[in-house]
Amino acid sequence: MNSEILGVILMYVTVVALAIPLGRYIGKVFNYENTWIDKIFNPLDTLLFKLSGINPAKEMNWKQHLVAMLTINVVWFILSMLVLTNMSLLPLNPDGNPSMSADLAFNTSVSFVTNTNLQHYSGETGMSYLGQLILMLWQFISAGTGIAIAAVVFMAMKERKTENLGNFYSFFVRSCTRILLPIAVLVATIFVFNGMPMTFEGKDTIVTVQGDTVQVSRGPVAAFVAIKHLGTNGGGFFGANSAHPLENPSYLTNIVQMVTQMLITIALIFALGYVIRRKKLAWMIFGVMSVGFLLLTVPTIISEMNGNTKIAELGIQQPMGSMEGKEIRFGAVSSAYWSIATTVISTGSVNAMHDSFTPLSGVYQLLAMMINAFYGGCGVGFLNFYIYIILAVFISGLMVGRTPEFLGKKIEAKEMKIAMLIALLHPFLILVGTALATALPAYTSASLSNPGFHGFSQMLYEITSSSANNGSGFEGLGDNTPFWNMACGIIMLLARYLPIIGPVAIAGILASKKYIPEGNGTLKTDTSTFGLMVFAVIAIVAALAFFPALTLGPIAEYFSMIK
Amino acid sequence: MKNNIVPALRLTLVLLVLFCGIYTLTIWGIAKAIPSNWLFAKTENGHYENIGQLFTNDKYFWSRPSAVGYNAAGSGGSNKGPSNPDYLSEVKARIDTFMVHNPDIKKEDIPSDIVTASGSGLDPNISVKAAEVQVKRIAKVRGISETTIRQIIEQQTEKPLLGLLGTEKVNVLNLNLALDQFSNTK
Repeated sequence: MNSEILGVILMYVTVVALAIPLGRYIGKVFNYENTWIDKIFNPLDTLLFKLSGINPAKEMNWKQHLVAMLTINVVWFILSMLVLTNMSLLPLNPDGNPSMSADLAFNTSVSFVTNTNLQHYSGETGMSYLGQLILMLWQFISAGTGIAIAAVVFMAMKERKTENLGNFYSFFVRSCTRILLPIAVLVATIFVFNGMPMTFEGKDTIVTVQGDTVQVSRGPVAAFVAIKHLGTNGGGFFGANSAHPLENPSYLTNIVQMVTQMLITIALIFALGYVIRRKKLAWMIFGVMSVGFLLLTVPTIISEMNGNTKIAELGIQQPMGSMEGKEIRFGAVSSAYWSIATTVISTGSVNAMHDSFTPLSGVYQLLAMMINAFYGGCGVGFLNFYIYIILAVFISGLMVGRTPEFLGKKIEAKEMKIAMLIALLHPFLILVGTALATALPAYTSASLSNPGFHGFSQMLYEITSSSANNGSGFEGLGDNTPFWNMACGIIMLLARYLPIIGPVAIAGILASKKYIPEGNGTLKTDTSTFGLMVFAVIAIVAALAFFPALTLGPIAEYFSMIK
Repeated sequence: MKNNIVPALRLTLVLLVLFCGIYTLTIWGIAKAIPSNWLFAKTENGHYENIGQLFTNDKYFWSRPSAVGYNAAGSGGSNKGPSNPDYLSEVKARIDTFMVHNPDIKKEDIPSDIVTASGSGLDPNISVKAAEVQVKRIAKVRGISETTIRQIIEQQTEKPLLGLLGTEKVNVLNLNLALDQFSNTK
């Protein structure tokens, strides 16, 4: 058991150690400072902009950024629909997999363009290799979108008064080529050397030792899985995602996938510190996020190590912990760690089946997605946290009786209204969505694979995962029905774009306000006291809004299982 | 909006070429350049070492239960919740079957991994304990001493990464092939 814990500690230490220098590099990319790989990427970027007819030097205000971002996302959605509904007619389909139905294609297109990667299909039977490659393109550029938007907000947080916040296309292309591409090439190469397939041949047929004839699905897996984690996407090539022995062959590849999925999102915190020259603020944010992450991780690991009480009652031993839905090569500890990492960061890939985790672990996985700001998704995680900061600044301001200010800018009614709306959107979507699913048993009850409290948890998890743009699931839910495809699709759309529009609007409005230098009366936002304040705001918003729903699902299941 | 549509379309096509084309072909080229493609390669007798196989015969070490019957045309777990009564009676039935085939062991010696399904349904491994609990049965069926079988298990045991990280495990396919080889050369 000790070697399992040591493995998890190594994964966390490695990602933090790599994220600090990477954050500095990302800060330089955002600031247009010189870096050592400019020689390769300056000509490449110039070529890309020339072919696209874009002038990357044209400054945009916050509204122009949003229009550019939304327009290109609409283009991606339409292209995605066209490919997914016509896969059987298009090339690169050696297994002869069918085209998607319209509602499934809608769900899948929304899911991948919004960086959610919720999957209501299985890769082996529901996707051609061309379809997989198109989804891989969204994995790159939806992550690039998130990073670019984070860059826009960083620009707006600088100490100055301005309307001009750089060029969206420029931030976007630089994020894709200078951050995602080189790391993806490196990681995919490591995967190829460690037993991951990278082939365009279709299924193989083999005869087993006992004489059964079985098939083995393959495909261009290594390229796909590299960006799947780097971009906090999480959509699996195979149905079993990173539990599949060809998608995650060994403990080593498990470490690499774990490190890459947390890497960029943590690095972006340090990039913020570099861009606005406030390293202490970055460490405050990192501290709050890390405390939240560890508070969710440690009890989950303990819960899984202790095993399932109902299995213990059957009279057998559980030396490896709860093993239903888990792989021997990863073990319960690293699977528990993964389950929280993937839910806080909105990756949504799994290396074990969340449906079969012990009930308390389900509580922590759900909480991680409900809060959605401890590290969070590629770029957008910071945006969610930014909303909590604004709320904390406002409440602190009221408590000490001063005008709330953040980084030298006054926060007034308009910004607060936006922040409140965005903060309430997530609970609204989750609770109303789950209530609807529960109130319409004609559409939902047939899709549940478990009775009682756990069945409710399956629906709550699906809706929460959609609203958090996470993409993991209690996969026993038979979710490829028009109801789930449409409901989750609509929730993913709202939950992706509104929480981008809100923070960009706030940051843009603040940037155009007069800069007031810090004085004695200014609330210091880079202290641990303020960190505690942010944490309290997060805890209150999350706990008050979601506790009743959690009680009906996994908490009730927990109490029904102990004697 | 209008000013953005054409650049958005063109940029999307350019990125399509970059990521679906150049990036994918680069990784594919690297994979082609590695002679054996390392772990992904088939073994000499046409098996995939990383893909678990179904073993039900008493002369072989059994693999874990699988929700997809070890047919790698698909993949997936049982997705049964921890308190699901159907699931618990299924596990109980597996324990009973295991006891029928291994009458010389005590119930509390059975480790849970040999009666619970993996997440992929294709888990190539079992725990060392799950191998040891099957030794008496295999010794009887094959007429080999328990000590010899334990030695084969020890040879086939894969230590944690660098001896420090992760789990200790046995690859069921390799273990059974080693067992067959020993029986054939005896």
